[in-house]
Amino acid sequence: MTQEDAVHVENLTKAYPGGDQALAGVTFSIRRGEIFGLLGPNGAGKSTTVRILATLTHPDGGTARVDGLDVLRQGHDVRLRIGYVAQASGTDRYATGRENLSLQAHLKRVPRREIPAKVNELLEWVGLSDAADRMVDKYSGGMKRRLDIAMGLVHDPPILLLDEPTTGLDPETRAAIWKDLARLRRERQLSVLLTTHYLEEADRLSDRLAIVDHGRVVIEGTPRDLKAQIQGDVITLEIDENTSGAADVLRRTDGVLDVIADGKGVSVQVAQGATAIPTLMSTLERSGIAVRAVTLSGPTLDDVYLHHTGHRYSADKSDAV
Amino acid sequence: MQTFVADTNQLLIRHLRTTLRLPIWIAVTLVQPVIWLTLFGQLFRNVVELPGFSTGTYIEFLTPGVVVMTSLFSAIWSGMGMIEDLKEGVLDRLLTTPLHRASLIAARVAHTSITIAVQSVLILLLGWMLGAGVAGGVGGFLLILLAAVLLGAGIAALSNGLALIARREETLIAVANFFGMPLVFLSTAFMAAESMPQWIRTLSKGNPVNWAVDASRQAMQGVAIGDVWMKCGLLAVFLILAGWVATQAFTMYRKTV
Repeated sequence: MTQEDAVHVENLTKAYPGGDQALAGVTFSIRRGEIFGLLGPNGAGKSTTVRILATLTHPDGGTARVDGLDVLRQGHDVRLRIGYVAQASGTDRYATGRENLSLQAHLKRVPRREIPAKVNELLEWVGLSDAADRMVDKYSGGMKRRLDIAMGLVHDPPILLLDEPTTGLDPETRAAIWKDLARLRRERQLSVLLTTHYLEEADRLSDRLAIVDHGRVVIEGTPRDLKAQIQGDVITLEIDENTSGAADVLRRTDGVLDVIADGKGVSVQVAQGATAIPTLMSTLERSGIAVRAVTLSGPTLDDVYLHHTGHRYSADKSDAV
Repeated sequence: MQTFVADTNQLLIRHLRTTLRLPIWIAVTLVQPVIWLTLFGQLFRNVVELPGFSTGTYIEFLTPGVVVMTSLFSAIWSGMGMIEDLKEGVLDRLLTTPLHRASLIAARVAHTSITIAVQSVLILLLGWMLGAGVAGGVGGFLLILLAAVLLGAGIAALSNGLALIARREETLIAVANFFGMPLVFLSTAFMAAESMPQWIRTLSKGNPVNWAVDASRQAMQGVAIGDVWMKCGLLAVFLILAGWVATQAFTMYRKTV
């Protein structure tokens, strides 16, 4: 870890009360000024990691440093430097947006005199000025999320922890929050940890990301580099039966770099997708395997995930909104 | 220390604001004492003929009992707000700020204490209208408030501690219902000590609810003020112990999150 890192997490382990491992050795670093995505299905260990960084819970082993401070031994100071936006809203329903922000500002030690101006500035920034004096109870889901983000930023922290910021929101609201987060990045000097189980969100918003699976970081890098590691194109063939047989046959075919079979069909990595398709189709036809559908794409994060964990992302969770 | 006071104050403002926004709740909590004083007070008015009743009428005897009973029940439910905060994610959010940890429970105890003080004043007013005046004057009046608040604060601390350990409304409700009325019956709230069976009299001696009832009754009548102060002292000790238990519960909560 260098002095430059906003967050450094080393070999974090934590067991669930039942005995399963929530975290089995998580390591990653977040550089100053970047949005770092932590991507994985539910249960992968994302929230647990964020909660440790937010000083809400202790790891069983390993270290975590935020802004150079140890979360275990310097918890109080860490809390001054982080904004935490949890999956559950955490705002007081029976108070107004303004009241919520003012209390938060006080607790985050914003100097008293500056609080009213700061609160107004943030309300403006998240577009809640008109609703500021209405009770949060009456806010829509999107408005609540915006308020949550404002709460996290009220003391201008150097580090913002966003735990699944758009989960549970409808697609329009999600798109709006993405715009807000992109604007956040442009306008403020801020390091952000963003956890999500939405591939597209991680792809779109992260400067760098880490994929977590079963409590471990499986791979880390920029979305572009990770996708580039999957060489060439990916041809996805939907096959009804005998996917493993199909996989075997295809592996022996020229020009095929890698084949992975799952319940729905096979995923074939080739150098040149367009010219490879006819070859693959005739190979399978000769082996008596029927193909239902073919898709050709440049590698996606789903392919990256598949490549590194051995199973498809969508098979691990339902990506339904 | 300064941050503790400031943080407690901020959280207290939050609680008071919520209460003032839902004033129906205060009205509801006063229905019970009105029923007890009027219905129960009338129905059992001849109980005062039994040995040991130091007052002329039953209503004079009963009023301090109802004050303390109301204090007990207001305090027992204090933890419900904590459970709601816990479930909504508000507690987590607060814990990621540098706020002084003890403020979380202290603010709720303070809020309950203020509520109890207001309720006690209103009940004493009602009692006075029904013929039970505070013979002990302003001093007696304030001592009644002190006893009620000390008891309530202690019970509120325990309630919040339980809330943090159980984390479910059902548990708190079960405990409140299980202990509430028995604690009142094991005291001189409704019945003079002399007319109690021996075993209840014995148990009542160790019951903080009883200390508060005795102290309030003596303060109301303006007698044995030294004894009143002593009982308030005992209640203060109870409060300190309850506060310690609540702190332990909080620590346990933080460790098992």
